[in-house]
Amino acid sequence: MEKKLSQKTKGGVTRRDFIKGMGTGAIGTAVLPPLLGQTVATRKGRVPVYDRKTITLTVNGQKTTLEVAANETLLDVLRGRLELTGSKKICDRGECGGCTVHLDGDPVYACMFLAIRADGRSVKTVEGLARGDRLHPVQEAWIEKDGYQCGYCTPGFLMAVSALLEKNPDPTRDEIRQALSGNLCRCGNYAKIYAAVETAARKMKGA
Amino acid sequence: MNIIGKAVNRVDGREIVTGRAKFTHDLTFPGMLVGKILRSPRAAAEIVSLDLAPALALPGVKAALKLKEGKVRYAGEQIAAVAAVDEATAEKALGLIKIEYKSMPFVVDWEKARASDAPAVREGKPNVEPLNDYARGDVEKGFAEADVVVERTYRTGFEIHHPTETHGSIALWEGEHLVVYDSTQNVHGVRDGLARALKHPAANVTVIKTYMGGGFGSKLGLNEYTVVAANLAKQAGRPVKIVLTRRENAMCVGYRPSTSQTYKVGAKKDGTLTALQMTNVASGGLGEGDDVTEPVADIYRCANCKTDEQTVFTNTCASRATRAPGHTQGDFGLEGVMDELAAALDMDPLELRRKNYSTKNRGDTGVPYSSKALDQCYDLGAKAIGWERRNKKPGGGAANGPWRRGLGMATSIWAGAGVPGTLADIVLYPDTSVEVVCGTQDIGTGTKTHMAVVAAECLGMAPADITVKEGSSDYPWAPLSGGSLTTPSVAPAVRDAGLKAAARLREVAAVRLKVGADDIVLAGRRFSSKSDPSKSAAYADVFRDLRRETVFHGERGGLPEGFAYNTFGAHFAEVEVNVETGQIRVLKYAAAHDSGQIVNRLTAESQVVGGVTQGLSAGIFEERVLDDATGNPVNANLRDYKIATALDIPEITTVFADRIDPRINNIGAKGLGEPPRIPSSAAIANAVFNAIGVHVGEIPMTPQRVLEALKRKEAAS
Repeated sequence: MEKKLSQKTKGGVTRRDFIKGMGTGAIGTAVLPPLLGQTVATRKGRVPVYDRKTITLTVNGQKTTLEVAANETLLDVLRGRLELTGSKKICDRGECGGCTVHLDGDPVYACMFLAIRADGRSVKTVEGLARGDRLHPVQEAWIEKDGYQCGYCTPGFLMAVSALLEKNPDPTRDEIRQALSGNLCRCGNYAKIYAAVETAARKMKGA
Repeated sequence: MNIIGKAVNRVDGREIVTGRAKFTHDLTFPGMLVGKILRSPRAAAEIVSLDLAPALALPGVKAALKLKEGKVRYAGEQIAAVAAVDEATAEKALGLIKIEYKSMPFVVDWEKARASDAPAVREGKPNVEPLNDYARGDVEKGFAEADVVVERTYRTGFEIHHPTETHGSIALWEGEHLVVYDSTQNVHGVRDGLARALKHPAANVTVIKTYMGGGFGSKLGLNEYTVVAANLAKQAGRPVKIVLTRRENAMCVGYRPSTSQTYKVGAKKDGTLTALQMTNVASGGLGEGDDVTEPVADIYRCANCKTDEQTVFTNTCASRATRAPGHTQGDFGLEGVMDELAAALDMDPLELRRKNYSTKNRGDTGVPYSSKALDQCYDLGAKAIGWERRNKKPGGGAANGPWRRGLGMATSIWAGAGVPGTLADIVLYPDTSVEVVCGTQDIGTGTKTHMAVVAAECLGMAPADITVKEGSSDYPWAPLSGGSLTTPSVAPAVRDAGLKAAARLREVAAVRLKVGADDIVLAGRRFSSKSDPSKSAAYADVFRDLRRETVFHGERGGLPEGFAYNTFGAHFAEVEVNVETGQIRVLKYAAAHDSGQIVNRLTAESQVVGGVTQGLSAGIFEERVLDDATGNPVNANLRDYKIATALDIPEITTVFADRIDPRINNIGAKGLGEPPRIPSSAAIANAVFNAIGVHVGEIPMTPQRVLEALKRKEAAS
């Protein structure tokens, strides 16, 4: 029965071998050693197989080169390797937005993004939002309007809001709600957050 | 008061918004290991054998512990633990532990656990036990006097705290001294608990909370995993960090217990209550459920009241205090039946409540409230929502396609007087810096800022001038941060120290200015003579005259006897209900509170907004679902366990009553943590009743339950 399922793919690897090599559950844990350094065929063409890879990231304006495991998320690299603990691991599965960072200006959940995919790209975390001592208008607005309570979800919200206001400098209340619906605040401060976002928008237009 | 009661930005805001704030999850120490716990996948079993050797043999594993022998009673109970150099190794090691279970019968559904043939959850003890009872007057006499009697049942489900920062601790031994970093609401309590659990002197244990990402009652005491971290750290000779996963947070650190409350309420035609009777069946898994009598017995004037409560044990982890334990549930039932009674009497629900207003506790039969501005809350809230727009008859409003609109309200009562004996120090340094120190813990409510505000008020300075230290069991004693205790405990202690510090500074300034100390005023960072304004000295000079740092001890004084000390609130909601899909939208919300003197308007508003939001979320969405066949949760994540998002939350108007309690403490402050969480589910449920003409009777009010309620209404008409 088992053998029947094994059908060779174009790349010479069975689907079953590949899945076995990946481990169960985790995303891209360990790949079969014989494949490392080779390429496998996918619908999008041939892609290289890594166990570990040296990547270069520009994080908050600073270029950094480091070797990462193929299954390491961008969040784990930021928090565990680069000591940037502002981005939070709350759900670790793309449900809460606590790990939101900017990747080339776009907001992404760092817990759902493999570090190797960020190779050569620019990452901004909450630690990079202020310019030196000068806070970003969104940060100022959060302090002024008390946009936080425990502060644990705040970095994710600040990154989501700063990305929103770059694209839409004058959002309506409904657009704000929509843009922030991927970020959970368990203390329940959304009603204060709306005011903070609107204050930030005014500040950014005035600046 | 110059600063107290104004809107003051948080003193730690900059650290939070720049990501520099370090939470327990964010901390690392040299040589630190990662600890992981093996948990039972079975709801009841006997451990036949447990072998840690294969885990210990894995390279990178530095310590392992057996945590359980004999019987396992719930899915998620801790069995064993390992500490390893990284998370992946620790997880792999857990998988190598050899364990053999013998399954036993179990029951996780509290209704099934009541059956006579249900498996015994706790050996030799019944699954159902008495929880609480209360009686005054004679309810039978009261029902005989009633013109109208209403009988209804209200149910509340299991709600999980799910703080964004999951539970976690880091333990490190410095020789014989144990230092624990813990995401906790109670540094002193965890310190004492650890000392007991480890049989180690409390003086040799320090518990530190840095920033912490929410608790809502689930982090009020010592946790099993904290003891595990300390023991693993001892065995390995290295610091150990244990951080629970989101799934663990759904399985083993508590939840709000369920209730099923049946009311029988009697009233005269004019709305005067004659009898109030309630029975409750609560369930808190392996722990007791919440008793809900307090609001029922207290809020409304009624001579005859009787309650009887039971708790049902099941094979699930023990429940824990959840923001306003007992009150959110009791308020949902009591305020639901008050609205259904108002409908039966054809009366304005707010008028029914005013009709039965009390000025003494225990339904106007006990001691007088020291202060009660609930009447003011009714006026302020009704005005803010536009109460006159409600449907005079529930369900009597105009239809807008499938949507029906309605307004509802609910009242709350809670304690919140604070704890006499709370301590705080103020330290004045000769360089004019000022430190305020208290072993309380800011859990996101703004306690640090409160401490700075009160100290600054006393010393004629600005909050930003004050250095705040909290969150360590080495600091002066303060109670746990829960029960709405913190502000009315800590703020008066700080004020006591601040007044002493200001008096000392006036004495020192008086010597320098050669006037009497009574003649000195502090303002604008100067000390001046009232009688001779030409005489004044700069802060810098007077502080320098202190010559060394000087500590002033403050204490929160006692509560005068003969009074009841309570907080009050009234919430008003406007909703829209889709009678075809059962969807509920909250359109507008107003919350009015009597919490005495507000210390910081800005953070007080956040407390209210948060309480309303959590009540909305629990009222409409949140419910832990267990698999009956395995006893495991089926929604142990933040996608399937539904929490309100920005899409669900309306504009929330916050108003505060301005009547200040004259004797509760030296500031007149009452607590505010719980009060806004209490009536919000009830107010929304009552608004839904006003919209569709039938009370859903159960939270969360899922679309299915709304549609079932509409079917009941149709069947009855």
